[in-house]
Amino acid sequence: MPDATGLELIGKELGKAVLDKTFFRERATLDIDPTAVRAVLSQLREKGFAFLASVHGVDYYPHEPRLGVIYELLDMRRVDRITVRVRLPTDAPEIDSVTPDGDYGAGWPTANHQEREVYDMFGVVFRGHPDPRRILMPEDYEGHPQRRDFPVGGEPVLFTRDEAQWLEARE
Amino acid sequence: MSTTGGAPGVSEYRRGEQNIDLSPPAEQIARRGDERSEIGQREELLTLNFGPHHPATHGVLRLLVRLEGEVVRDLRPIIGYVHTGIEKTAEDKSYWKVIPVVERMDYLSYYFNAMAFCGAVETLAQVDVPARAQYLRVIHLELNRIASHLIWLGTSILDLGATSIFLYGLRERELILDLFEMSSGQRMHTRYFQVGGVIEDIPPGFAKKLREFTKVMPKRTDEYRAILDSNEIVLQRLRGTCPLDAERLLSLGVTGPLLRAAGNPWDLRKAAPYSSYDDFEFKIPVGTVGDNYDRYACRVAEIYESVKIIEQALDGLPEGPFITSDRKVALPPRHELATSMEALIHHFKLVTEGFRVPDGEAYCAIESPRGELGCFVRADGSSKPARVHMRDPSFVNLQALSPMVEGSYIADMIATVAMLDPILGGVDR
Repeated sequence: MPDATGLELIGKELGKAVLDKTFFRERATLDIDPTAVRAVLSQLREKGFAFLASVHGVDYYPHEPRLGVIYELLDMRRVDRITVRVRLPTDAPEIDSVTPDGDYGAGWPTANHQEREVYDMFGVVFRGHPDPRRILMPEDYEGHPQRRDFPVGGEPVLFTRDEAQWLEARE
Repeated sequence: MSTTGGAPGVSEYRRGEQNIDLSPPAEQIARRGDERSEIGQREELLTLNFGPHHPATHGVLRLLVRLEGEVVRDLRPIIGYVHTGIEKTAEDKSYWKVIPVVERMDYLSYYFNAMAFCGAVETLAQVDVPARAQYLRVIHLELNRIASHLIWLGTSILDLGATSIFLYGLRERELILDLFEMSSGQRMHTRYFQVGGVIEDIPPGFAKKLREFTKVMPKRTDEYRAILDSNEIVLQRLRGTCPLDAERLLSLGVTGPLLRAAGNPWDLRKAAPYSSYDDFEFKIPVGTVGDNYDRYACRVAEIYESVKIIEQALDGLPEGPFITSDRKVALPPRHELATSMEALIHHFKLVTEGFRVPDGEAYCAIESPRGELGCFVRADGSSKPARVHMRDPSFVNLQALSPMVEGSYIADMIATVAMLDPILGGVDR
């Protein structure tokens, strides 16, 4: 982890795109402007954070803006981690995809499945994603189940005995 | 023996054999394409649905494969068939009740799932884990790694057509499950790791049985290697098939034995030691070219290293408590309940509501048998996590399947899926 000073320095270098810096429990987090995500990630890649370990979504209900997309970056040479976080509103959440358009140097092919999962679970639309479909839920599924206001147990289970009833309710 | 035409004494069969084109499949196709287009013929791609219920997909993985003859041109994994919403379920349970739920994600490496989750919660709640608990965790993690590799070895060699290794592998895994049963009462999904330590100390006799196991396991692994390493079929199927270089693997986010097979010695146990892994001496097996043989050899070599770690941890097992003495997080010992009012209150609060974790986010990454297993936990100050996300290595590594097998034979795809070792419980969560 970059220490608190290191985080300050990185934040300063990235300039206006950084909205906030948090250093909590030895974990450095940069809150950034959603429109600058590609630029910030490629700048961090040049600093050595070349491995995108994880992309995942969070719902910060009841705080606004509610949704968050978190990028966990790793520098394998210095064994250093940094977290980049963007916050998005629930109405029309959109962000640039960091999955590449073909070229390995510019993009992060590893984000492909993970961004699809974030879309599936939270409804964040990734602009420019090569394959923007649901990944874990059925393709005709409605709603984004990991949002906090999606009810637990809200999923009807189709049994043969109540099939007719279930289909009726659907129409 | 027919000797019509050609050199005298050479059978037709032998001549046919000598004429087999052994150049890479992609070149053959390209050449054939040229010939065909000259006479106005063209080839169509065959789209084949492979899975989800196929024994060689190691679970319910569905692959949409486009074939040109026997060569894979394009491959798309379709997943989600065993999605059970574990991450959503975890948000509705208090922290200590989440452990058995997340253990069921990657069902072959349950100790690792629990470890990643406990690690994240311990970071958030700032709980210190006693040295003995850390060593006990290491022992169980490494036992679990061996068990997971044994299942992988058995099933993947089964895909290549050999049954015996599967039976031998399960025989040794049985010894490990017996040990798990001894320490926790369960054979799988043991719920042995708790936030702050482990649930119980190891029982009398466990150490003796574990020593018997560590003595027998390297010998048995030698036996597997004696069967496999000189087996012509295994070598033909694995050597040189579907390699992928380290740089490409890194861009795809692949970690674990797959990355090490390509020559990059990245292992979180060495790079960022957790749970006192820095106390032990062990080597990291690496491959050279990153083909299926290297993937196989790396995992088999890891079994020996895991045994070494277990032996060291057992030799150096420190005395002391096996779980933190922080009563706000860990249950008080049973005997205190009869005498101490405070212990009774703590017990009651922990069992009914669970402990509260202060606001914050943590990401805890550990080295699972398949790569970096990261657990992201967001706490909102209540006794239930606001978000639990597992960065499961199977899910991420699966993306590398398509670049690995494109342009090679469909038979090699089967071997590659086996060597990739995806656990669909972890992929779909």
